Amino acid sequence: MAKAENKTRSPLFHIVKREPLPWYGALGVRAGAIVIALLLSAVVIMLLTQKNPIEIYKAMFEGAFGSSNRIWNLLQQLSMLLCVSLAVTPAFKMKFWNIGAEGQVLVGGLATVSVMMFFGDKMSLPVLLITMIAASIFAGIIWALLPAVAKALWNTNETLFTLMMNYVAIQLIAYFLKKFVKSGSGVLTPMPEYGLPILADKPYLLNIIIVAVLTIMVYIYLKYSKQGYEISVVGESENTAKYIGINVKKVIIRTLIISGALCGIAGLLLVGGTDHTISTTTAGGRGFTAIMVSWLAKFNPIVMVLTSFIIVFLERGAEQVSSQFRISSSISDIVTGIILFFIIGCEFFLQYKIVFSKHRKENE
Amino acid sequence: MLAFLVSAIRLGMTFLLGSTGETITEKSGHLNLGTPGVMCVGAACGCYAEYLYFKAVGVFGINPVVAVILPILATLIGSALMGVIFCFLTVTLRVNQNVTGLALTTFGVGVSDFLIANTTPIFSKGSKYFTAHLSFADDLGWFGQIFFSHGILIYLAIIIALLSAFVLNKTKIGLHLRAVGENPATADAAGISVSKYRYAATCIGCGISGLGGLSFIMDYLNGNWEYCIDAIGWLAIALVIFTVWKPNLAIIGSIIFGALYIVSTYIQGFAIETKEIFKMLPYIVTVIVLLFTSIRDSKNSQPPQSLGLNYFREER
Repeated sequence: MAKAENKTRSPLFHIVKREPLPWYGALGVRAGAIVIALLLSAVVIMLLTQKNPIEIYKAMFEGAFGSSNRIWNLLQQLSMLLCVSLAVTPAFKMKFWNIGAEGQVLVGGLATVSVMMFFGDKMSLPVLLITMIAASIFAGIIWALLPAVAKALWNTNETLFTLMMNYVAIQLIAYFLKKFVKSGSGVLTPMPEYGLPILADKPYLLNIIIVAVLTIMVYIYLKYSKQGYEISVVGESENTAKYIGINVKKVIIRTLIISGALCGIAGLLLVGGTDHTISTTTAGGRGFTAIMVSWLAKFNPIVMVLTSFIIVFLERGAEQVSSQFRISSSISDIVTGIILFFIIGCEFFLQYKIVFSKHRKENE
Repeated sequence: MLAFLVSAIRLGMTFLLGSTGETITEKSGHLNLGTPGVMCVGAACGCYAEYLYFKAVGVFGINPVVAVILPILATLIGSALMGVIFCFLTVTLRVNQNVTGLALTTFGVGVSDFLIANTTPIFSKGSKYFTAHLSFADDLGWFGQIFFSHGILIYLAIIIALLSAFVLNKTKIGLHLRAVGENPATADAAGISVSKYRYAATCIGCGISGLGGLSFIMDYLNGNWEYCIDAIGWLAIALVIFTVWKPNLAIIGSIIFGALYIVSTYIQGFAIETKEIFKMLPYIVTVIVLLFTSIRDSKNSQPPQSLGLNYFREER
């Protein structure tokens, strides 16, 4: 920040921490940020495409809510993103930067698809389902556990470790796709007959219900359980945690087991409940987007429903825009980026305020 | 074998530029996970500038020097601007670096795809000027092939890496920068402006990383645009760890990474699925290096101590 170079000059302004805003104040700042971001995106879209921005936003709503099919799609995408976000949240709350959710979801999916392929015709459906669930959770846990153990034992940088594990997982899937698909096309035919059961003829209903239940469970776990409390203490200050007798290593490993298990479930839902096959893009970048969802919601699972809705809405809407106006679909990434910058940037104004120094004015 | 080595060097220099930029950034304490996005934007800005230039002057008015300098400048400006966004959010507004970086990657991939969608995504005409090399290289056999057959960006990459290593380790600026990355509070107390160093290091670092993107398209791919620069960017971040934050080691490291990345296409007799396992190698090797350095806990090969942490003077 501006720094006084000699005694006669005082900084133009300085930044001080402010008292927590009342909820409506905080909401107002955030809503303001989103409005400014939308206005700025409108200007950017207008400059880039010479199209009327109102038409574009209309098309976005159309794309997200235009038909009952689209609403189901929106809910499905929302629940998948939310599920991965739930998975990364306990670890983040502990300040363990697990950016390997992408890989953890993928190995969960890989485990599911392997069970479907090899045991699909050998087991009765209930046994098959249980095996799928167990396998996907187990795979997710393994992928999360490796960095967690390294962090607990040797304080290995978890951000970099989990990041690398993503690509190991992607290549692992590429390997198995080449190995299992005899035609060599690398595309595995979907196996809907071995998928999760379909409720009330709505293919995504079961996924949505499972994620809704998980959301409430994670909320209760983080907010009301002893383990959830331990997580937030370790996140706030590792030294405090050690002082009051929390076994930090144990908490790290236990939390990452939960994180990995939830990622495994996300993989199960994506493969067993949605695609019934797997590709290297099954996780679709959700592992990374989930980090922003969780951060924007301040690690509160209930608020995460809202933040993941914003992101999914933007994605679905932008898809519609690009097909309707024949512009590159990358416009969705640009708009998402701008809005994210504003939402994460506005947090600053919730925590700090800028005080212009009166002193200087008197001098002038 | 010779073709393999030359190819590995050409690809390696993309990684080298990307990782040198990221190393400078990380030395200041910024873990910029936006590097893949920065490399995309860098490549796209350079290619777009080339496209505009060729459109403006026509086929016969092309000046080879301008055709090389202009894209390089556009790349530097475009990717340094991405660095400004990153710094404004993390230094001035104190947002978490991981979150900002990932948002920057999303944004950068979008911007680059959009820019390229407005052009004809083949820049082989411009690429000719980037891959032009000294004519005597062809007369020197394998020696010339390995050392003299490359385009300007390859040599630029090595010069930048050596220069960065020198500045980081032997100059006062480098010492200050490392102090900022290791312990910003101490650096601040010693009168070093943490914000200025972080802004400068990140913007310069992003500019260099962006050149990596340009070299990937213009040199390695001979001007054929491919939408996979972000994957290269993640490998560049991996390379930073692999070479334990040392740009001079990265010259060798990057060639090893380049070799590992393309080895599967040069070795005959493997099943197609095995090739996928080969592509996994750079990441696994990086994990092993990361584990090894953290277990050994030697002072010379650790990440900067405050990597990923923002500094706010009044927060103690």
